Amino acid sequence: MAEPVIKAENLSLTFETNDGPVHALKDISLAINKGEFVSFIGPSGCGKTTFLRVMADLEKPTAGTITVNGVSPEAARMARAYGYVFQAAGLYPWRTIGGNIRLPLEIMGYDKADQAERVKRVLELVDLAGFEKKFPWQLSGGMQQRASIARALAFDADILLMDEPFGALDEIVRDHLNEQLLKLWAKTNKTIAFVTHSIPEAVYLSTKIVVMSPRPGRITDVIDSPLPRERPLDIRDTPEFLEIAHRVRDGLRAGHAYDD
Amino acid sequence: MIWLRSSLLPILTVVAAIFVLWYAGAVGLNSKWAYDKANRAGVTLSFSELVADTWSQEKPKLPGPHQVAAEIWKTTGAMVLRGKAFSKRSLIFHGWITLSATMLGFVLGTGFGILLAIGIVHNRAMDMSVMPWVIASQTIPILAIAPMVVVVMNSIGFSGLVPKSIISMYLSFFPVVVGMTKGLRSPDAMQMDQMRTWNASKWQTLIRLRLPSSMPYLFTSLKVGIAASLVGAIVGELPINQDGGLGARMLVGSYYSQTIQIWSALLTAAALAAVLVGIVGLVQGATLKRMGMAR
Amino acid sequence: MNWAVFALGFWGVAWWINLRLAKMPRSRVTSFAIPALFGITLLVLWEGAVRGFGVNPVLLPAPSAIAVRFATSIPILWTDFAQTFIKGALSGYLIGCGAAFLTAIAVDRSPFLQKGLLPVGNFVAALPIIGMAPILVMWFGFDWQSKSAVVVVMVFFPMLVNTVQGLQASDHMQRDLMHTYGASYPQALMRLRLPAAMPFVFNGLKICTTLALIGAIVAEFFGSPIKGMGFRISTEVGRLALDMVWAEIAVAALAGSAFYGCVAMIEKAVTFWHPSQRRG
Repeated sequence: MAEPVIKAENLSLTFETNDGPVHALKDISLAINKGEFVSFIGPSGCGKTTFLRVMADLEKPTAGTITVNGVSPEAARMARAYGYVFQAAGLYPWRTIGGNIRLPLEIMGYDKADQAERVKRVLELVDLAGFEKKFPWQLSGGMQQRASIARALAFDADILLMDEPFGALDEIVRDHLNEQLLKLWAKTNKTIAFVTHSIPEAVYLSTKIVVMSPRPGRITDVIDSPLPRERPLDIRDTPEFLEIAHRVRDGLRAGHAYDD
Repeated sequence: MIWLRSSLLPILTVVAAIFVLWYAGAVGLNSKWAYDKANRAGVTLSFSELVADTWSQEKPKLPGPHQVAAEIWKTTGAMVLRGKAFSKRSLIFHGWITLSATMLGFVLGTGFGILLAIGIVHNRAMDMSVMPWVIASQTIPILAIAPMVVVVMNSIGFSGLVPKSIISMYLSFFPVVVGMTKGLRSPDAMQMDQMRTWNASKWQTLIRLRLPSSMPYLFTSLKVGIAASLVGAIVGELPINQDGGLGARMLVGSYYSQTIQIWSALLTAAALAAVLVGIVGLVQGATLKRMGMAR
Repeated sequence: MNWAVFALGFWGVAWWINLRLAKMPRSRVTSFAIPALFGITLLVLWEGAVRGFGVNPVLLPAPSAIAVRFATSIPILWTDFAQTFIKGALSGYLIGCGAAFLTAIAVDRSPFLQKGLLPVGNFVAALPIIGMAPILVMWFGFDWQSKSAVVVVMVFFPMLVNTVQGLQASDHMQRDLMHTYGASYPQALMRLRLPAAMPFVFNGLKICTTLALIGAIVAEFFGSPIKGMGFRISTEVGRLALDMVWAEIAVAALAGSAFYGCVAMIEKAVTFWHPSQRRG
């Protein structure tokens, strides 16, 4: 079997605050293989976003090792190995949708023709063809988030890190985007790490679900999903789906027992 | 035209109230002189005669708006018609002198202010050593040094435009530094992280994120700065008045009790300030609208 | 020349120390020491430049010369301070801000007047009001009353605009809540609108401290009795006694910062609940 794309061993991160140290991550070990769709789920403060930020070199671990594509997160960031999608779309209001997607390409020094070709391609990928000249505020929240995914895809990183990308959207839009994200994943064969606090979303999307719990932030369960890769929305009513959802809920509850 | 009813009418009412107060004040303040004149001439004044007199004295304590308007017209429009727009007695001439000092100082002050703000945002030592002084200096009556600067610069051979512009520059510099520092820091943590995930350089982050995000802050400071520049230029004209300028007109007027001249210079300065702030406001509106940042 | 070399050397060392200090985590000590060191450096550079290059004291006196002059003229500086700051600036500040505050409350019940006053007030606040000084000196005479009047005119509109905006600051939900309690207008004003307006009111009060001092000093350029900070500055400039001028400027700077500091301290006590004041 090939080397995992992301590999963490005994990873810990402690923030020093005025109220004493906070153990955001403690002894995390996890391997993510190429082409997997991994969800991180847990209550707030469990370190799922922090873990994602460590992968992206936005936080430095205080102990343990982590590699991304076989190198350090910093080297991976320099090599532009991943695209990162934040909770909010974070599009610049003074740039068109096309201009926003072009932004990382300009920074990375792609030439003009290449930029135009890539913008066109990723817009089609997220079903926003024809919106290139629009400004972000002329689009709905769901469309803005799709544009921000297109922006993360534009420079062909084969890892996609997503931090609750649909958290601010309503249930109906979210269902639609989940379905589209799965199609996109099938088409591009990217490795996706996805942070969420919705059980159905995690179960529906993932090939692997990582359940985390807080104080200290740690992994309590890793579930390999038996669901097929091809998933229509109504798969969520099948017994298999409900069984995994049940196991995730149990894992979350076990994590909570520590506090109360 | 809902706007007309909901905004213009209240504003006009307040402006009308100011004019009524102004005319009433003219009657009150000028009546003593009117009565004195009447006493000496041995006549008694009826109320309408009193009002007519108080609104048409040559050196009134408070000239009526129409007297000031007539004086302004005499020293601007009428002189243009006679082809003497830039004669020494014309307010256009004096206004131009003040305006050029204001603009030179404003442009320099804004430029230096933006540069210093960029330095402060990128260098922690600079931030921590300079910023407290910039903030403290806003509590100091800088304008009070203005005459000294002008006199000293004159004695070492700089006269005319330069000393006044230095005061204007100084006054517009601080609001721009404070506003731009805030503006360049206005991108939130998520936007900065995003730049980091793309491995953008400091320069790329400055050009593509920090500067565009700072525009609303910049324009707010520019409005304050240009008004301050004008005040600086006017005060800078006080100590040396042979060069002309609106401030010099005011001072000469106060030497010879030419109240109408003071008021006309004052109102011209006010109009100039309004136009300058208005232009900045228009540019602000257009820019922010194009950038999708207008509220 | 030695002095200039010494000053440059001091500058280099101080900058190096500051770079070092800035790398340390931000604490009370560093956030005081760094600007203090920077200020001292400026003074040393100034002193060094004046001595090193033999700058004519008529152009720029050395800080040490200014300090000596300051120490030997304290009685004069005090009379000037009392005349300009206490009699002129402070009285005008209290009258002007008080009148603006009362006006704002008076027009509070009339949205029509508010709509008219806000744009006009904003407009007037941007005008070079300081130009009213010669007129007011003519009306009220040379003594402090005219300075006070200039200050009143200068602070009135900025204060008015801030207070009117502040009174509109409470949000709809809170006002609706007052409504459901059946609160009368004065009750809602005292218990909700005025406390909510306080950050705006203090913003106005702080802006006006500087304006008051500027107004009082500049008004003296248009005529004053033979005392006062503006009077002293303009006459000593005429006699080219710049050390005295700088001493007066030092007084003005101290008075200005102390005045601002006092208002800021009262603000801290009154609006402790506001986000900008939390996290001491």
